[in-house]
Amino acid sequence: MSQAVLEPESAPARGMDLLRFATAGSVDDGKSTLIGRLLYDTKTIFEDQLESVEAVSAARGDEYTNLALLTDGLRAEREQGITIDVAYRYFATPRRKFIIADTPGHIQYTRNMVTGASTADLALILVDARKGLVEQSRRHAFLTSLLRVPHLVLCVNKMDLVDWDQSVYERIADEFTSFAAKLDAPDLTVIPISALNGDNIASRSDKSPWYEGPSLLHHLEHVHIASDRNLVDVRFPVQYVIRPQSTTITDYRGYAGQVASGVLKPGDEVMVLPSGLTSTIASIDTADGPLDEAFPPMSVTVRLTDEIDISRGDMICRPNNAPAVAQDIEAMICWMDESAPFSVGSKYLIKHTTRTAKTVVRGLQYRLDVNTLHRDETAESLSLNEIGRVKLRTAMPLLADQYRRNRTTGGFVLIDESSNRTVAAGMIIEAS
Amino acid sequence: MSQTKTYRVSHLDALEAESIFVMREVMAEFERPVLLFSGGKDSIVMLRLAEKAFAPGKIPFPVMHIDTGHNFPEVLEYRDTRVAALGLNLVVASVQEAIDTGKVRELPDGTRNRIQTPVLLAAVEKYRFDALFGGARRDEEKARAKERVFSFRDEFGQWDPKNQRPELWSLYNGKHHAGESIRVFPLSNWTELDIWHYIAKERVPLPAIYYAHDREVVERGGMLYAVNEFIRLKDGETSSVERVRYRTVGDASQTAAVRSEADTVDKVIEEVAATRITERGATRGDDKVSEAAMEDRKREGYF
Repeated sequence: MSQAVLEPESAPARGMDLLRFATAGSVDDGKSTLIGRLLYDTKTIFEDQLESVEAVSAARGDEYTNLALLTDGLRAEREQGITIDVAYRYFATPRRKFIIADTPGHIQYTRNMVTGASTADLALILVDARKGLVEQSRRHAFLTSLLRVPHLVLCVNKMDLVDWDQSVYERIADEFTSFAAKLDAPDLTVIPISALNGDNIASRSDKSPWYEGPSLLHHLEHVHIASDRNLVDVRFPVQYVIRPQSTTITDYRGYAGQVASGVLKPGDEVMVLPSGLTSTIASIDTADGPLDEAFPPMSVTVRLTDEIDISRGDMICRPNNAPAVAQDIEAMICWMDESAPFSVGSKYLIKHTTRTAKTVVRGLQYRLDVNTLHRDETAESLSLNEIGRVKLRTAMPLLADQYRRNRTTGGFVLIDESSNRTVAAGMIIEAS
Repeated sequence: MSQTKTYRVSHLDALEAESIFVMREVMAEFERPVLLFSGGKDSIVMLRLAEKAFAPGKIPFPVMHIDTGHNFPEVLEYRDTRVAALGLNLVVASVQEAIDTGKVRELPDGTRNRIQTPVLLAAVEKYRFDALFGGARRDEEKARAKERVFSFRDEFGQWDPKNQRPELWSLYNGKHHAGESIRVFPLSNWTELDIWHYIAKERVPLPAIYYAHDREVVERGGMLYAVNEFIRLKDGETSSVERVRYRTVGDASQTAAVRSEADTVDKVIEEVAATRITERGATRGDDKVSEAAMEDRKREGYF
């Protein structure tokens, strides 16, 4: 790495952490080449994978080794030369382990991009330097902000084809930055690259002396994600009650779950929703022994000092900082089902944290055009890949926060009760 | 640096927390889960995670071994020891028995990977299992890279890769009708190296064949197969004693060993970190059949 980086501690002392990122774009933007390059430069592509891709490329008469074949694993994808589904890829450097949710640019892009972005710390968008921003780039940026992905990277690719012209890069960067500002978009970094030649990918390239920012890999390794987690609002959705039926362990009753946000400590006064009863944390248990504190994303078992009736779907929080106990939900949803549209009056199951309830659609306020951001208030339904603002009424209360405040207690999916399919993803705006 | 605490977790802790979350979700939402246990390192790690997910209680579901009849004795011994130590119910679904009773037919080449599938599906039906934990990882193979953590199977046990449920945040949809089931992959986001780092961190014991040892092997198609009751020398072949270990454990007639000096977990980690060939590519004859061999087996109901 060419930059001098001041590190408070050496990487091995800290151990690796985990960064999840979503990539969006099409083969034309060089996305598969970029991923192939990242995997290659971090020595993640294996010889047998490369051999198999080379053999298939040659058999198909491709002029170059088509790195897209590394990620396009399904028979139909290979036959049709398209990417159908989100593919997950893994690589690591001494500092971080990376999980890439690689989402296709053309087919079902909204559904797949929303899926990939839902768990991402960072989204990576590619544009072709020769073409500049296109409709798809804006769409991807919008979905990234809708899903509240905290970090956004725009890679201006194929810089070699515009002779590393700084003004081309500046123009695209400026245009994108002003567009992103309108979206309330997160932390944005713009990097000029050539995925094909590896410039500014693993290390800074001498082809762009005018560029003072980090290489892509350096940025991925160092982008600060620890503060993205909500450590303020204690939210512990109860997943499962552990009550061993054993003669050696008697009277154990622990509430198992994954900390969604906040920091829990033994001795903390807590409130349990929806009952509103209060108690104190007696201990935070794990198989490795009790903990002094628990924070996201830890999976732990909480015991309370009082015997109160708590079951799956309840939420442990603090008396002075609680989510809404709400049956009326306003949310943005992305419709994901091709068999039937979303419409007012329909009933679904809503799955939110560890709670599942029946819900009915009370209203569709508008459908949003993801290209123009125009709101169509006359819309009466949402079809596959459409996004809209909706009102739902649930049969039992949800313990909910705004999605912008908390991605875990603000996100939900809708399930069709007859087909059991997941038909929508939702982000809560208001819960009451 | 600032005085504020960073509240960071390592990548292994994050992976463990995610896997434990997945296992607890299954226990909370399904009637009859079962953990598929092959005696391979991934299912061994999965068993450790299950132990941790429900502590101080014991693992609240049985484990099932689809027994090809082509076993490494060290692995069977390990299986029985672990199951006894954890006080678990073990269900063995035997491919040999299915062949003997005419339920499945032995393949001409004698390999039994593919014919595990009908045996597995029959056991699922017999015991009415509705959720099956499998140790598959997305880094293993291209088709697996696209599979969900909760992977729906129809009443014939089939996977439809083009018709998968979207999976967002940590909201897993396990809804199914009677006769359908869900395969659950808690290790989806782990890599081979993560598994080994975890084995080292947790001091998980493994069957001895995972570490370097001397073994009589024969080279076939660039792979080293142990010479034993399942693999006999053909005319013109010669065997030799090599220092080897196994990277994966499957049907003993199809699983190859790799040359290795790694006789401790730390040495294996070093070796895995430096290797340039995937574990399935190095050790599984069955994946060499075609580009989509795994996808085809999965569609039929394979793990």
